This record gives sequence, structure tokens and C-alpha cells, in this order.
Amino acid sequence: MSVKADSKRKRGPGRPPKTVSAGINDMPPTDDLVSMYRDMLLIRRFEEKAGQLYGMGQIGGFCHLYIGQEAVVVGLQSASKPGDTVVTSYRDHGHMLACGMDADGVMAELTGRAGGYSRGKGGSMHMFSREKKFFGGHGIVGAQVPIGVGLAFSHKYKDEPNVCMTYLGDGAVNQGQVYESFNMAALWRLPVVFVIENNQYGMGTKVTRAAAGRALADRGMAYGIPGRQVDGMNVLAVRSAALEALAHCRDGNGPFILEMKTYRYRGHSMSDPAKYRTREEVDAMRKQHDPIDQLRELLKDQDIDDARLKDIDADVKAVVTKATEFAQTSPEPDPAELYTDVLVPLTDETLMAKV
Amino acid sequence: MAIEIKMPALSPTMEEGTLAKWLVARGDVVRAGDVIAEIETDKATMEVEAIDDGTLGQILVDAGSEHVKVNTVIAVLLEDGETAADLSALPAVASESPAPAETVSAAPVLEMPPAPVAPIVAAEPTWAGTATSLTVREALRDAMAEEMRRDEAVFVMGEEVAEYQGAYKVTQGLLDEFGAKRVIDTPITEQGFAGLGVGAAFGELRPVIEFMTFNFAMQAIDQIINSAAKTLYMSGGQMGCPIVFRGPNGAASRVAAQHSQCYASWYAHCPGLKVVAPYSAADAKGLLKAAIRDPNPVIFLENEVMYGQSFEVPDQDDWIVPIGKAKIVREGTDVTITAFSIMVGRALAAADALAAQGISAEVIDLRTIRPLDTATIVDSVKKTSRLVTCEEGFPFAGIGAEIGMQVFEQAFDWLDAPVARVTGKDVPMPYAANLEKLALPQVEDIVTTALATCHGFRG
Repeated sequence: MSVKADSKRKRGPGRPPKTVSAGINDMPPTDDLVSMYRDMLLIRRFEEKAGQLYGMGQIGGFCHLYIGQEAVVVGLQSASKPGDTVVTSYRDHGHMLACGMDADGVMAELTGRAGGYSRGKGGSMHMFSREKKFFGGHGIVGAQVPIGVGLAFSHKYKDEPNVCMTYLGDGAVNQGQVYESFNMAALWRLPVVFVIENNQYGMGTKVTRAAAGRALADRGMAYGIPGRQVDGMNVLAVRSAALEALAHCRDGNGPFILEMKTYRYRGHSMSDPAKYRTREEVDAMRKQHDPIDQLRELLKDQDIDDARLKDIDADVKAVVTKATEFAQTSPEPDPAELYTDVLVPLTDETLMAKV
Repeated sequence: MAIEIKMPALSPTMEEGTLAKWLVARGDVVRAGDVIAEIETDKATMEVEAIDDGTLGQILVDAGSEHVKVNTVIAVLLEDGETAADLSALPAVASESPAPAETVSAAPVLEMPPAPVAPIVAAEPTWAGTATSLTVREALRDAMAEEMRRDEAVFVMGEEVAEYQGAYKVTQGLLDEFGAKRVIDTPITEQGFAGLGVGAAFGELRPVIEFMTFNFAMQAIDQIINSAAKTLYMSGGQMGCPIVFRGPNGAASRVAAQHSQCYASWYAHCPGLKVVAPYSAADAKGLLKAAIRDPNPVIFLENEVMYGQSFEVPDQDDWIVPIGKAKIVREGTDVTITAFSIMVGRALAAADALAAQGISAEVIDLRTIRPLDTATIVDSVKKTSRLVTCEEGFPFAGIGAEIGMQVFEQAFDWLDAPVARVTGKDVPMPYAANLEKLALPQVEDIVTTALATCHGFRG
């Protein structure tokens, strides 16, 4: 097939979008690989501990674990630049850690303590860090998507060279406001990467039972938004696709869609018996596609010795242990916190201040 | 140190379960994430996963055991290099006894903190200088223009706000002065642009989001309540959302049920929002400027019928009317009448009619619905001993219901008659002219109700 003919090809509904897998030319420096390994391992160990604390009754309410999906957010963050913003839904602990938020503060929010990022008033699904450019942590499926477009709008309005990475799941892609967001983002060429984390199940409903059409990466086609399907279990494939998408946005070309084919090993939330899929299916993903195992093998190929990997394991374990202790010993919020943070106090000075 | 595996809670309400099956045996090597057992509750069968790598050293609760309490140690995992001998280092555990209470439950009995005091508000501005007659429409436009000149972060977004100059011409001239970057026509996509506005406010801009009417804001109410109003609290104070949602509210004329509704009580119900509903052009201008400067989300309820009415507006660039202050627009001694937005005009007309019958009515323009200036209402009721509340909205759980309750709580002993309400009728708005008139509260309804309050209960 000639290049010319290929370039004329338009992707129709019957043709799957371009799939990104890791290429040899995309290989980042070894130190970056080690850093990605550590970041993914931290999320894995943190989430395992969160699951354990939930089982002990120390974490209440809903708790959605990110185990299995670590490569997605770590790959995206590895391609981002300072000032880029992140917003996601409620499976959010991994995103916070990948954004550089402190494990102590995240775990303490899960246990509802004063030392948590939201001082114990938000919980698992509602955490934020302006400093780390993490804008939540939103509990309503799909509602974070227009918010992400708004963050992208503010980047453009202020002439910032930044992009908002807006995450949504395969469940959220059927919400109407997602398409309202696609339309505005494309219409106004806003710098936003929509990262669809397709972990195959919206709660207990397999994506094929919920979503018409071939690929979620194509969902922006009507708006002219380019989309890529990505092996979301391979952190290098994620990184490679993220670099392309972020460059597209930074160059003023408007939004980009990345469909990350990923998998969550745990249930939708802690109380999900996960009877909608077989144990064999889960085991096969873990054994053949685990993102951390894949990168560990690559690091071994790159002559990173076992001792260094064990050091990382020990370091990550220490971070999680410290976070757990902090989350268990930080006091509950002072009762006076019940009434704080409902409204920002307004004084005559702020009202009459010169801008 | 060997690791205890405990009976997990699989939901916040689970207290015990059946340990149905062990999938591993003593001596087996397990990795974190491996399924090691199945447990059953009355709702579901669930799998228990190992939370650490290690070797299964001991099973303490046999398969088939029922009523195993959450947090009971069910097995022990040996870490690398440990042997069965290390098990003796563990404290002895009886399989039925739950683990010691966690620190979660160790908090002292909760003491109810005091409710916050009234918000700080600026003093009511006084004006002795010159004034110009402006329509409410012009006053709102001037407020936006002045605030856009003052602060680059302020922008206006909505359907038909730019090239069409506003569906009701409230944004007339803004596009010419500020350009398409700051005056933005949106597609018809209320939930989308309301959410975009919230994101932009998180991104430290100051959006003014126009709804063509508040009827259409129901498409966006999740973003207004769940995203704009609640995020400050959920973020422990980090994520302020300085945004104004504005547009006409309430009944227009002959546009029937889906285009004629007052949303004051809907938004006033929710903590985290301020709700403003001005009557005069001077208040519309001063309050909109205050709303744009406010660090919180503000619902700014206008009224289509009022847009063309003229009032004197002070000739001053910084005419700010503080949010949270009601205004006594007519003093009286026999009965207090509260109203907001278009109903203030009807209340004033009713007061004239009542004066002709020897009744001195005090009329309070609430101006802000939340935070409600209860002090001004209560002080007035302590003077007049009678209260009639007026609103266009439905009676059930309306603003009048709230004001009545506040007065019962704070001025019950001063009342000489039950608080009375004048509201829209409890029906969707009809289209037919005669029925529409019947559905809306009229001046005569206020007069009749006030007279009944005064005469029916005159002691």
C-alpha cells in the first residue's frame, strides 16, 4: 500500500482507530523507567493497603481501587509538563499519588482524619491539591469532564502553555455532558486530552453491553477530535501516546482522545462481588499483562539488578507503612470543622480590593 | 514479623460472615492479590485476597465457620525468612474474638459545635450624589462592564450573549467593548457550559454564566450543586468557586409551565451557594457587582418582566450593594410584608392600597435569599406583630415557609396573628391568560391576606 493512498484513508465507523503500542524509539532514559516503576509500585502497594484498611473498617463509604490500571496515570504523568492540570472521577487515589500528592495526606483522607487532604471532609472520592494541579476527585460519573474542559479554557484564556488531562471511564462515555464537552473543546480548540480509561466494566456492565460502536477512541469523530486506542497495561505505550496527544494540544490543535485499554483487578468498589466476570479472566490479565511485571522485566533487561529493585520495593513499602500509621494516628477533625469551608468568608476589604 | 490476615468487612454495614472456603493451604506461597479464601454474607459471596507476599503459616478459622466477626484473625502469613517458629511470637488469638477496637471508634462523644454567626457583610452604601434613570437591563449590563474593566479574569458566557447581544439584550454592547475572548456565545449546552464555568473558576477565572432563563438551568443543576456549591467543603477549603450563574427567573408572560417557574427555594435550600434576587435597578447593579467579586458561587435571579423598568441608579463606578442585607423599602407599623424580585413592586402597590384602608404596612425587599437577613425581618415583626410573605414560587417548602419558621423560632412571642403566605398557586403554570393571572400572586391577594391578618386577629 502506497503512502499516498494510506494518507487519504479516512477512518470510518467500520475501521478501528490507530492503536499505539510501545516502539523501540520511544524508550525513555533508564532513570525515568525506574521512576515510573516506583510510581506504579507505590500506587499498587497503597491501594492494597487501602483495601486492607477498608476490610478492617477503618475506611468508610465507597472505596474504588486502581489496582491493575497503574500504567495509565503514570504513563500520562511521565509525559506531562509543569503546570499541566489533572481532573478525574472517583477512582482517584492513583492519580493523586502520580501527581505527587503526599501518601500520608491521601491515606488520612481515606480514614477521615484531620491530616487528610480535605481535612477529613471529602473522603476517597473528593480530594484536591491546587499545589500539585490535581483538581479532583469527583463523585458524579461524567461531571468531571466539563470541569476539565473549563480548566483547559482557563489555560488558553491565560495564555498558559499547559494542557488539562481529563480522565473518564468507559462508563462515563455514555453521559450526555461528555459530548457537550467534546463539542465545546473542539469548537474552541481547547488544550485538553480526554483519557478514557476503558477497564472493560462500568461497575458490573461489560463495555460491549453499554457502548454502541466499535471503539471508544472514535467517540470524538463527529467533532473532528483525533483518537487513539492504547495498550493501557504497557506504561511505555501510554507514555508514547501521551507525548503525541499532549504535543497536539500544546500546538494549539484542540483536544485529543486516548482510549486506554486497561483492566481493574478488584471489584468496582470494595463491596462488589464481581460475579460478572470469571476469576480466569482476571488471572489471565494479571499473569500476562500486569503493568508492573512488564516494566520489571524490562528493567532487568536494562541491567537494573535485583538489589536495586528490592530497594525500591522496600522504599515503597516504607512510604505506605508511614502513610498508614499517619492515617491511623491523625486525629479526627475537630467538631468545629462541621461548619467551616461552607463559604469563603467575605470581608469589606476583599469586596472593595483593587485588582 | 508474621502478618495477621483478618476477616474483612466488605461493606460499611457488614459485621460478620461465613468463611466458606479456603483456596490455599498451610505452607502455600501466596502473592499480594492472590485469592486465598471465599466468604459469604447474606448478600453475596466474596473473595478474600492476600494483602502481602508470604507463606501461609497457619489457618485459624476453618472453612465452613459461620458468624465470623469482622476483624477476627483468620490466618497468619509468614514473610520471607520466617518459619513456623515465628508464629509463637504472635499473641494468642481465639478465632471467635474480634480484634481490639480500632482507633476509629476511640473518639470522644461528639459535642455539637456552635452554628456559625451571621456572615460579615459590608455596610449598606449611602448615596447623596447624582443619579441617572436606568432600566434594570442597563444596570445589569453596566455592572458586568464595570467588573470586566476592573478585572481581566471576569468573562461572560452563555447562549446568544455575544453577537445577538443577549436573548433579552442584557449583554448589549459587551462584545464590542471586550471582544470574543471575554464575551462568549455557547452552543445550547447548559450542563456543558455550566460545568466548563466551574472548571474555569477552579482555574482562577471569574466566570459570569448566563442562562437564557433559569428554567434551562435544571439541565445544569448537578454542576451547580454538586460541583460549584459543594467542592469548597469537600476540599477542606482549598477549592473556592468564584462564579455567578445569572439569568431571568420566575414567570414571564404566557410562556406556560416549562418556562415559568421561580427557583429561589431550590437554590436557597443548598449550603454553599449565595442566592440573590434584586428588584430595583440600583440593587441589581450593586448586587451583581458584589456577586462577581464574591469568592463563592452566586445564583443571581433576575426577572424578565423587570428588565424594562426604570429606577434611579447612583452615578458611581463602585456602587456595591452587599449580599446578605435586606432593605426596608417602606416603613410601617401594622404589618410586615416581605417580598423579593418582581413581588416587591406588588407589595408596594398593596401597601398603598392598605394605607387607604388605614393599615400601615412595612415592606421589606429581601434582595438576598441566602444568606437571609433574618435580623431585619425579626426586628420588623417585633414592631408590627404581623407578617405576610410574598413570592411567585410554589407554596410548598417555599421561601415563605422558611421565613415563617425563622419568625416562629425568633419572634413567636411578638406575633399577634399567624404568619400568612402569598404565593403562586400549587399548579404548573397554565397558558390561558385568565388561568395564568389566577396562578400568579396579584396585588389584591397581598391586600386581602394582609387585611385578614390584621382584622381577623385584631386583639
